[in-house]
Amino acid sequence: MELEAASALGQFAGAGLAAIGSGLAAIGVGNVAGNFLAGALRNPSAANAQTATLFIGIAFAEALGIFAFLVSLLLMFAV
Amino acid sequence: MPKPPLNNRAQVRRTMGTTEVSILVFFAVVIVALIVISVLFSVEGESELAFHPMDQFMIKPLFGEYGDPVYWYTVTNLTFWMALAVLCVVLMFVLGTRGRAIVPGRSQSVAELTYGFVFKMVEDVTGKEAVKFFPYIFTLFLFILFANFVALIPTSASPTSQITVTAFLALAVFLTVTVVGFVKNGMKFLGLFWVSSAPLALRPILAIIELISYFVRPVSHSIRLAGNIMAGHAVIKVFAGFAAITAIAPVSVLAITAIFGLEVLVAFIQAYVFTILTCVYLKDALHPSH
Repeated sequence: MELEAASALGQFAGAGLAAIGSGLAAIGVGNVAGNFLAGALRNPSAANAQTATLFIGIAFAEALGIFAFLVSLLLMFAV
Repeated sequence: MPKPPLNNRAQVRRTMGTTEVSILVFFAVVIVALIVISVLFSVEGESELAFHPMDQFMIKPLFGEYGDPVYWYTVTNLTFWMALAVLCVVLMFVLGTRGRAIVPGRSQSVAELTYGFVFKMVEDVTGKEAVKFFPYIFTLFLFILFANFVALIPTSASPTSQITVTAFLALAVFLTVTVVGFVKNGMKFLGLFWVSSAPLALRPILAIIELISYFVRPVSHSIRLAGNIMAGHAVIKVFAGFAAITAIAPVSVLAITAIFGLEVLVAFIQAYVFTILTCVYLKDALHPSH
């Protein structure tokens, strides 16, 4: 019984810790967007052509946060 | 009316400072009140919300009760809202452009703008020779966009928040891209994993990493869409649950409004991101040189 409680505790604590990764991905996404804005303000004429690159970069930065989210979901519902 | 003094800039700055401080104080008070209220409610043992925020993602048969078995041929609420999304696309892009006016009306011009937007995206990201894949990419974009928008109607079920739906879309893209890559380039497609610009000793390790990242694509591709939509809808429901508590009801209703606005943006951006990643994967398949 105590083992079950301990494993449930570990499950929830692990899910919560994995969710930190989502926040770290948010830092990455903010970094991408902020650097894009800094570049776009220096050379606004070149900015429009790079919007697609911006979103691709954001998507790749976000993908790693999604894995943290996935680990969290697996711990909550699949373990 | 006396003219404001020349040094009013400093005064303005000071008043701005006080407004900022008062806004901060306001939010601090709201947060403290939230914490206090939640603690009080948990002490009373009534911490359960009126509904669970994840209840909205349950797949129910359209005819019958929740709990009835859902077979693959059963019409569910998900099927219904997907059909509505397809119906919206048909209404806008078949009926809306029926007139074929030289000077387009409202629905025709929106349809034309959307068409031009996606066409330009495919052309810019993937290249001219990928234009024959444009119908597929445009279909994907429209379905996801309209499924996202239709799901914003209250009490709707959101098809794109289900990993089943998005995994199917992403797997279809993955299979298409892989098949196209092998058909177009033959065995040269494997050059995608062999980074010829890296030092020779590093190439096997990089090949393994590239292989893993290639096969992880459909996972991230599908969960990005499903996770974003699901999280947004769950946040709205969490604030809707808070609205049952009288003391913080105004704040939570305001928050629902704000988050709903954000969700309208997210609905578009996620459809755009899904589509543009499809274009990127297709570009890798058509030009696998690394």
